[in-house]
Amino acid sequence: MKGLPPVLITAIVLVAGFAACAVQFPNIASTRVVGNLLTDNAFLGIVATGMTFVIISGGIDLSVGSVIGFTTVFVALAIERWGVPPLVAFVAILALSAAFGAAMGAIIHVFDLPPFIVTLAGMFLARGASFLLSTESVPITAPVYSTVSDFALRMPGGGRLSAIAIIMLAIVIGGVLLLQLTRFGANVHALGGSRATASLMGVAVGKMTVKIYMLSSLLAGIAGIVFSFYTSAGYSLSAVGVELDTIAAVVIGGTLLTGGQGSVIGTFLGVLIQGMIQTYINFDGTLSSWWTKIATGVLLFAFIALQQGLVALARRPAAKRAGAVS
Amino acid sequence: MTELLPRRGLAQILALIVILAVDRVVSPQFFDLRLQDGRLFGSLIDVLNRGTPVALLSLGMVLVIATRGIDLSVGAVMAICGAIAASLADSHGLPVVLAAALGAGLICGLWNGFLVAVLGMQPIVATLILMVAGRGIAQLITEGRIVTFSSPDLVWLGNGAILGVPVPIAIALGMLILTGAVVRGSALGLLIEATGGNARASELAGVGTRAMILAVYVWCGVCAALAGVIAAADIMGADANNAGLWLELDAILAVVIGGTSLFGGRFSLVLAVLGALIIQTMNTGILLSGYPPEFNLLVKAVVVLAVLLLQSPKLSGFAGIMVRLRRTKP
Repeated sequence: MKGLPPVLITAIVLVAGFAACAVQFPNIASTRVVGNLLTDNAFLGIVATGMTFVIISGGIDLSVGSVIGFTTVFVALAIERWGVPPLVAFVAILALSAAFGAAMGAIIHVFDLPPFIVTLAGMFLARGASFLLSTESVPITAPVYSTVSDFALRMPGGGRLSAIAIIMLAIVIGGVLLLQLTRFGANVHALGGSRATASLMGVAVGKMTVKIYMLSSLLAGIAGIVFSFYTSAGYSLSAVGVELDTIAAVVIGGTLLTGGQGSVIGTFLGVLIQGMIQTYINFDGTLSSWWTKIATGVLLFAFIALQQGLVALARRPAAKRAGAVS
Repeated sequence: MTELLPRRGLAQILALIVILAVDRVVSPQFFDLRLQDGRLFGSLIDVLNRGTPVALLSLGMVLVIATRGIDLSVGAVMAICGAIAASLADSHGLPVVLAAALGAGLICGLWNGFLVAVLGMQPIVATLILMVAGRGIAQLITEGRIVTFSSPDLVWLGNGAILGVPVPIAIALGMLILTGAVVRGSALGLLIEATGGNARASELAGVGTRAMILAVYVWCGVCAALAGVIAAADIMGADANNAGLWLELDAILAVVIGGTSLFGGRFSLVLAVLGALIIQTMNTGILLSGYPPEFNLLVKAVVVLAVLLLQSPKLSGFAGIMVRLRRTKP
C-alpha cells in the first residue's frame, strides 16, 4: 500500500514529539492531558475528517471555518431566542449545512469552476450570513448543554474523555471505514487520481462531487455544534482561520494535496500533532502562542517537501528528461 | 501598449460606473472634492486611498495568477514587512526602513518562488506555508505587541501628499506604471502568459519558465511589502494579528473581477487594479449607506459568484463565439 509510509512518518513524528515533551514535562504523559487534548481539538478532528475526503478527491474546501461560525450562531439563536428545542435546531442546521455543501459541489461541477474560488465565495457567504444573524456572542443556557458538558468517561489516571471527544473519535472511525471499505471511498480516490479516467470507468463524477462537498459541509456543521458545546456560546467570529489549521492537519497527516492518496487516520494524527504543539507551549509558559503558527508552518514545509521527494522518486525517468531540457 | 485600455475592460468600467452611481444616490456629496492643507479630501480620494493596499497586492497577484499560480501569503507578508518597518522607523532613516521592509518582502517572494519553481510544489500549498508561518514570524518581530512609531518620514508615506495627491495613491500609480512598463514594454508579459498558458510547451520553445515563475513571486512579495509598509504608515503602527488579514482573498478577488482567468495564460494589470477599486467602492458605498459593514462579505460573495459564472467555460460558449467573430487572431 503506497499511502502507508507518509502516515507512518506522521505517527513517528507524533510519538517522538510526545516522548520529547514527556521527557521535559513528565506531567504531559497523563490521561488527563491527553483527554483535554482530545476535547480541545474535537471540532478540528471532525472538520479535518471531512476535508480529507475533499482533498483526496482533488478539491479543497475553504468554507468550513465559516460554516462552523454560522452553525454556532444559528444554534445559539435558535435555542435561546427562537425557542426551538435543541434537537430540532441541530437537525435544521445539519440539513442547512449539507444543502450548502451540495450547492457548492453542484456549482463546481456544473460550471466547471475551480473549487478554491467557489468555496472562497462560500466562505464569504457563510461568514456574512452569520454576521447578519448576530454580531455579538450569544450564550447558550439550555439544560442539554450542561448535561453534555458534564458527561465524561473516566479514564485510568484521572483523565476525562468528554462527550465531544467521543463524538470526534466516532466520526474519525466512521471516516476511516467510509474511506477504506466503501465504494464511495474508492470513488473519492479515483476522482483524485484523474477525473477523466474516473468518469470513463463509470464513476458518476457530478454526483460524487456534490456528495463530497456535502459530506465536508455536513461535518463542518457537526463540528459547529460540537464547538458550541465546547464554548457554550454562539459567536459569528468563532473558528476564523480554522480552514487553514484543517488543511495543515490533513497535509501533515500525509494526504497528497494534489489528490488521489491519503488517509483519515493520518489526518487524525495530524490534528493530534497540532494539539501537542499547543499543549507543549501551554506547559512551557514562556513561549508565546505565535510559536504554534511557526512550528505548524515548519512541519507543513517538512511534510510537503517529503511528499514532493517521494513523488519525484516515483517519477525519476520523467524528471530526468525535463531536467535535460531546462 | 494597446493592453492599457483593452476592449475587454468594458464590463469592469461599466460595473465601476454603476457602483459609483449607486454610491452617489446613497451619499449626495460622494463626488465632492476639496483641497485642504495641500491635500485633496473627499469620498473619491478616500476610495482610492483605502483601495491602495489591495491595488498593490493585486498588481503582484495578477502576474502570479497569469503563470497559473496563486499567492496566499501576501497578507502575512504585509504583516511581516509592516512589523519590520514599524520597529525600525524610530531608530533609522526612511531609506533603511524601506530597504529592510522591501528586502524582507523580496526574501518572502524568493522563498515562495523557490518552492514553486524549483521544488515544483503546487502554488496553493507552497504559499500556504508562509501564510500560516508568516503571521507567527510577524508576531515574533513585534513580540506580540502592537508596535507604534512616530517617525514623521514614515507617517508621511501613509498620510502625506504630493501635489495634493495622497502619497499612497501616488505610490500605487507609480507601481502600476512601472510594472506596466516593464511587463508590457518588453516581451516579459508575453513570456509570463506563455508560461501560464502551457508551461511545458513554453519550456520546449525556449522560455525560461522557472525564471519567470521565480520573478513573478518575487515581484508579488515586493508589492505586498510595499502594501504592508503603507498600511503600517497609515495607522502609525504594526498589528501583526490584523495587518493584511484576509487581504490575499481580496487581492485574488480583484484579479478575478479584472477578468484574469485563474487558469493562467492572460492578464491585465489595469483591470486588476480596477477590480481592486470596484471592491473598495462597494465597501465604501456600504459604509456610507449605513448598512452594517458585515454586509460587505455577503455582497462580495454574490459578486464573486456572478463573476465566476460569467467566466465559466460552460456559460461562455455563446460569448466565446462572439469573441471569435470579433477577433481576427486568437
